[in-house]
Amino acid sequence: MCGAAGRFGVFAMNESGNGTQPGGVDLDALRRRQPRFQGLDGGHRACLGCAQALAARLVLEAAGPDVAVANATGCLEVFTTPWPESAWRVPWLHSLFENAGAVASGMETAFKAQGRAVKVLAFAGDGGTFDIGFQSLSGMIERHHDVLYVCYDNEAYMNTGVQRSSSTPHAAATTTSPAGRERLGKRHLKKDILSIVAAHHMPYAATASVAYPSDLRKKVRRAVAVEGPTFLLIHSPCPLGWGHDGAKSIEVARLAIETGLVPLIELERGELIGAMPIREARPVTDYLKAQARFRHLFVDTPQAHRELEHLQALADHNIEIYGLRGTGPDPRDTASADTVRRGGARWA
Amino acid sequence: MPQALEGSQAIARAVALCRPQVVAAYPITPQTHIVENIAKLVADGALECEYVSVESEHSAASVVLGAAAAGARAYTASASQGILLMGEVLYNIAGLRIPLVLTCANRALSAPLSIWNDQQDSMAVRDAGWIQLYCAGNQEAVDTTIQAFRITQETELPVMVCVDGFTLTHTLEPIELPSQEDVDRFLPPFRFARALDPAQPLSLGTLVSPDWFTEARHSQHGALLAAAANIEAADADWAALTGRAWGGLLEVDGPAAARIGILTLGSISGTLQDARAAWPDLPPVRLLRLRAFRPFPAAALRAACEGLETLVVLERALSPGGGGIVTAELCAALYGLDAAPAVRGFAVGLGGRDVPLETYRRAVAAALAPEGGEFAVLDVDLDKLPEADRYPEAGPCAAPPVDSESSR
Repeated sequence: MCGAAGRFGVFAMNESGNGTQPGGVDLDALRRRQPRFQGLDGGHRACLGCAQALAARLVLEAAGPDVAVANATGCLEVFTTPWPESAWRVPWLHSLFENAGAVASGMETAFKAQGRAVKVLAFAGDGGTFDIGFQSLSGMIERHHDVLYVCYDNEAYMNTGVQRSSSTPHAAATTTSPAGRERLGKRHLKKDILSIVAAHHMPYAATASVAYPSDLRKKVRRAVAVEGPTFLLIHSPCPLGWGHDGAKSIEVARLAIETGLVPLIELERGELIGAMPIREARPVTDYLKAQARFRHLFVDTPQAHRELEHLQALADHNIEIYGLRGTGPDPRDTASADTVRRGGARWA
Repeated sequence: MPQALEGSQAIARAVALCRPQVVAAYPITPQTHIVENIAKLVADGALECEYVSVESEHSAASVVLGAAAAGARAYTASASQGILLMGEVLYNIAGLRIPLVLTCANRALSAPLSIWNDQQDSMAVRDAGWIQLYCAGNQEAVDTTIQAFRITQETELPVMVCVDGFTLTHTLEPIELPSQEDVDRFLPPFRFARALDPAQPLSLGTLVSPDWFTEARHSQHGALLAAAANIEAADADWAALTGRAWGGLLEVDGPAAARIGILTLGSISGTLQDARAAWPDLPPVRLLRLRAFRPFPAAALRAACEGLETLVVLERALSPGGGGIVTAELCAALYGLDAAPAVRGFAVGLGGRDVPLETYRRAVAAALAPEGGEFAVLDVDLDKLPEADRYPEAGPCAAPPVDSESSR
């Protein structure tokens, strides 16, 4: 079976070691033999190395095919649907920029009213989630709609040409938070959207990264299984906006995790229930110097040194509050490198 | 048998008779009673429906958009600022050709803040691509609401049913509620051919290049124009079922020999009818009521003007710096017509100002005046205004002088 190139081309990798169920059916083995459902097909117009395109494909692999998508305005909507073509193999509706949460609410309510089992997914970027679409997301969660809301976080308004959003990290340069003689990029902190979402009595909210696809898919499956609102924040590098080679997207995404700047965590009802440990945290400069948006920090001035120290402190703070410092085998060196240890290092 | 019902309550009962599957709304005066009544019907188990209390009108419109796209009969209601906040979504619903019904409880727009009736709100979204039907009374509001659900699913165009805030929504009237059997006979179950379905995945709301946008707008315009036939058919079929007809696109009432006409929308028409009966010695007047403002019934209007020398327009909205909205559209419809009547346009009843019977006499006087003036606000009280604001007598606009004492 394995190796027979199916229509969908991609086959599942071993994600967890065990799985033999009572009755002799090995569900994991069964799943490994299944061709993955491809809800987002190739041929779309994403830039080379676009992590958002990869992330959306991974989400639908794990969630599809009995889903319907409400998509906010943004890169994902634009590059997948140049009329009369579409890359989507799932029912898909784009309405506006700020209403993905509300449109998804309506879709979910309608399927419920008709007694149909279709899981509704809402897709939006960080602008459509942290900023302009925040109210409709909050309403969707408060009303407890059975929707998985996925935010593809590339940390700026990329579709309009790299403007700062409230998700843009501190000190990053964008076209509206440029670095200059007086300013070193964005002056404000990245909004902690996950905590804000979790404060809605949220059944499940998690972060994921395109550098850890198995972990990402697991979180999608876990979220889809919840009956109620769930939220997944996927850190998705944008080569154009971040200023790195398109071939380096996964490396850059992985460095964000390994430095502690982007913690991979899971929250249930606001409680931290899982984190991906880092045994040896790398210095934040490893991550920052890989991207042109932080280039202005690598000059010999007191201000630049202070900003670098500040960013290192932010990473150290994440490692501390989420208990990311692992003591076991380094996840980067093991077969299960990209899996979350449930409970994280603190609970191990 | 008629029941004494508040307008909002009657509309809510009419909506319930149409078996909506999803209702989403946000409170705003004077619309709130409608959705409160629907919420109560759901809470009492009298209506099997998902009622979604959203956090804004923008989301109310977005929820019903998503619900209808997913194959459910959907309804919402709003007014005034709510209609404006929905504005972006209203255009989007129409462009996506999503069938659903919205009641607009007409109210003025801020600033200055007014919770009272005029029709500036629905006029502000006249170009959104919605069918707009204006009701003269609450029985018509009930019947039009039911007709709207049929028109929307036949045409895949959203329908806005406009009722004057307070004047209709908060007024108790004897109302004949149709039976469930009659409504079920008139209104087939909801079906949307492009509904979201994993078995047949469609992409709705895609990006179009300049190669296609023009064609999309052309189709939408044509669909609106063609919807006139659906509006007339729905009214005729409803009349066959219940004996009540409301004029289809345009209600014309008055003698063929009349040389004076008055054109209006909404509840003012009842006032004008009463006034005409109260002053039989005035010259005969033909009353024209636009029931459909979109699609605009230009041909029906031209026909209804046959024999008229003067047509007075009374409208509860205006385009500041332009003039009358309906007046301008009427003039465009009559342009080039042989023996077109002279048109006198007036705004009246803005921000809840009462429109008394006397308005009729003033309209007739304006029609008989030898010189037709520019568009004007008929019931403005110039004595309340400083000299500089007494249009049309006032001169060029000048900022008031700075009071040097108080600005220190």
